[in-house]
Amino acid sequence: MLRLQARAEPSRWWVYASPLLALLVTVLLGVALFLLLGKDPVRGLAVFFWEPLRSGYALGELVVKATPLLLIALGLAVAFRSNVWNIGAEGQYVMGAVAASGVALLAEPGGSKWIVLPLLLAGTFGGMVWGGLTAWLRDRFNANEILVSLMLVYVAVQVLGYMVFGPWKDPNGYNFPQTQMFEAATKIPRLFASSRMHIGVLIAVVGAALVWVFLFRTRAGFAQQVGGIAPAAARYAGFSSRSALWTAMLVSGGFAGLAGALEVAGPIGQLTPYLPAGYGFAAIIVAFVGRLHPGGLILSSLLMSMFYIGGELAQSRLGLPQSLTGVFQGLLLFSLLACDTLIHYRVVRSKPRAALASAAGAH
Amino acid sequence: MSPLRGTLMQIPRLQLTGITKAYPGTVANDGVTLTLMPGEIHAVLGENGAGKSTLMKIIYGSVQMDTGAIQVDGRAVRISNPREARALGVAMVFQHFNLFHTATVAENVWLGLEPGPTLEQTRALIVAKASHYGLDIDPERPVHTLSVGEMQRVEIIRALLANPTILILDEPTSVLTPQAVDKLFVVLRQLASEGCSILYISHKLHEIRALCTACTVLRGGRVTGVCVPAQETNASLSRLMIGSEPPALARRVQKAGAVVMEVRGLRLARADQYGVDLQEVSLRMHAGEVLGIAGVSGNGQQELLRALSGEDRRAPPGTVLIDGVDVSAAGPAARRLLGLHFVPEERLGRGAVPPMSLADNLLLTREEAVQSQRWMGGWIDIALLRTQANRIIDRFKVKAHGSSAAARSLSGGNLQKFIVGREIDAKPRCFIVSQPTWGVDVGASAQIRAAILAMRDAGCAVLLVSEELDELFQMADRLQVMAQGALSPTLPIADATVEKVGQWMSGLWSTA
Repeated sequence: MLRLQARAEPSRWWVYASPLLALLVTVLLGVALFLLLGKDPVRGLAVFFWEPLRSGYALGELVVKATPLLLIALGLAVAFRSNVWNIGAEGQYVMGAVAASGVALLAEPGGSKWIVLPLLLAGTFGGMVWGGLTAWLRDRFNANEILVSLMLVYVAVQVLGYMVFGPWKDPNGYNFPQTQMFEAATKIPRLFASSRMHIGVLIAVVGAALVWVFLFRTRAGFAQQVGGIAPAAARYAGFSSRSALWTAMLVSGGFAGLAGALEVAGPIGQLTPYLPAGYGFAAIIVAFVGRLHPGGLILSSLLMSMFYIGGELAQSRLGLPQSLTGVFQGLLLFSLLACDTLIHYRVVRSKPRAALASAAGAH
Repeated sequence: MSPLRGTLMQIPRLQLTGITKAYPGTVANDGVTLTLMPGEIHAVLGENGAGKSTLMKIIYGSVQMDTGAIQVDGRAVRISNPREARALGVAMVFQHFNLFHTATVAENVWLGLEPGPTLEQTRALIVAKASHYGLDIDPERPVHTLSVGEMQRVEIIRALLANPTILILDEPTSVLTPQAVDKLFVVLRQLASEGCSILYISHKLHEIRALCTACTVLRGGRVTGVCVPAQETNASLSRLMIGSEPPALARRVQKAGAVVMEVRGLRLARADQYGVDLQEVSLRMHAGEVLGIAGVSGNGQQELLRALSGEDRRAPPGTVLIDGVDVSAAGPAARRLLGLHFVPEERLGRGAVPPMSLADNLLLTREEAVQSQRWMGGWIDIALLRTQANRIIDRFKVKAHGSSAAARSLSGGNLQKFIVGREIDAKPRCFIVSQPTWGVDVGASAQIRAAILAMRDAGCAVLLVSEELDELFQMADRLQVMAQGALSPTLPIADATVEKVGQWMSGLWSTA
């Protein structure tokens, strides 16, 4: 019989191997799923793991979807490492998009391209305000940040709805609840003419480098993490738990807001009620699959982006619902949680109990 | 098996043979054999980590042995859980109490009993047991109003209500004043005379010699001796327990210097429900002197230490001073800049961050490797940090796989050496240390004590908070005793006796 035995030391090897094993388990479960649905599993897997990589354009789309996931997950990694459970990045993303839209709608036809800068700053600020709201409620009233940040997602969606159904509704839009298309000057600059990839990917990669420096080379980043792992040690050292809370919420809110600004002024180009695509929630999975490490997040955001694209393709190619994306995300998260057991436990063959009993009986 | 007491004809109450239990990385018990006769008070002696607790948990059924045999009254048994152990007549009083603080004594006892008696009947049972053994306790009192000694009485009564034939006591005196210890011994002797066998776990030699009629000594998971304690000396027991006698510390009369740190009439309300209010606490730490704080734990030591270290900044203005500077509201970092360094009693999670490397753990209190501190708290020079960590590892002979070893991978003694080393290496002018040798093996203890005394000799003001009277008498130049949140007047070590300090530990210094 197999059983789990606690390791004396957590395995470093399995910290990195576990996400790969989880991916393998997800693929196997995916094959089973396709078989149950009566689809060719090889074709199914190709849609998820080959089609998104097949051409230059496909790769560009992969990066376009990975960009917001990476940005949001970077902020969440800082928060989760500080033991601050911000699960409302979706709301901060929406508020960033709303704030950025406010700037975009101010643009005059034929105005300066530099408006992109205040637009991105407004988005970042919008996300920080929404994240800061959670920090304030936790700091002032000791409210649970998990519940508060999650509930504020729905408030943010209502704010978005109010703006597009009310003051910002396009007067020439046949009463559709959406703003006018933003002026060309506000468009996030693209990197290549042939792809929708925009400068957001550069911002995200620079952001990953900055987060790495902050976490592993500055004392502020060290203090931030000590507060998460061992609060008593942080108090002993004199690191402020309040500043750790505020830093975590403002950084994660800011990154999510920036992602919202890049999305609304980039691929989308107008504010619509369909903006919330679940990136804020998917980024939680990205953060954990990437081991809360900026390098890992780059890989896991690309993987999660494949699931998004694969889900869309599954709709057109296989006639399966797009919610398959969510199924794969969920499978990956659950497989990861299961595989992480191997970090703290090893699987051993248990000794037959009969031998023990006979040893006891011999005396 | 037991010719010691001339009881060859009797069947042992409990016979353990070849008990082995391995955990990943260590063998807690290695072929342990132990014979417990009826009516015997049998000491299980050993250092922290010698395997005493594991052995007792095996007898109590909360841990399963890998190999070995257990016989109760000559009959081979398997004990797979505490319920089976209780059915065999085994009862255990744990070192850490399992009591609901908000419930009454009777409710607590009732919850711990096998289903049967009503709460009303339980009350009557408690009163009957209590009066039989002279354990004075009111079943209606809420547990949080009890002293630690009274809580232990509740645990003992709860154990006795099952009418056990084997009673296990795990370090029962670690929370008691010397006077309360004497009372406990009277109860235990009465129990033994009625035929109950007692397993008494301790590392306190004088107690074992005073109380126990047989003794099994463990070291590193193995039995290193079986003896009659009354026929042994502290030195011979100590040799069995640790393999050698601890080196004696050189003590010299110290001339106290100027006051470095001072607490003036500090009153502080408890921060949490089960804490202790500090009442008019005053103390002075002089340069070149060790001030010892004695007392049973839970009498305000934690609260005082937090107010001294800056972890608790609620002290009223003007009550905590370093070099005459009011630091009552200053945080730990600001106090470190004034030369105050502190070693807390919890090593993992407070003194060190368990999963982080030793090098990273330096950053908690040291900033030599942090550069250009104005921006983001400063840039960490990793190479310098590792060099610094390696220097401390070498200087204090810490056994670790280099500066990148995780704090939690070290043994208690080695981690304590690193933490004490980290703070001593900062060359503090004022050094506060709590339970420096708690759970630390004898060799490391001697080294840590010597390092602290060397600092005192170099002119540092030292405050030593300890539960071990031996340690305080060995190291302190002056003693103050803490009881119920108040601090006694100061007592030169030359005038201190165990009896007097013991009396003061009950808070009775005004009458003395």
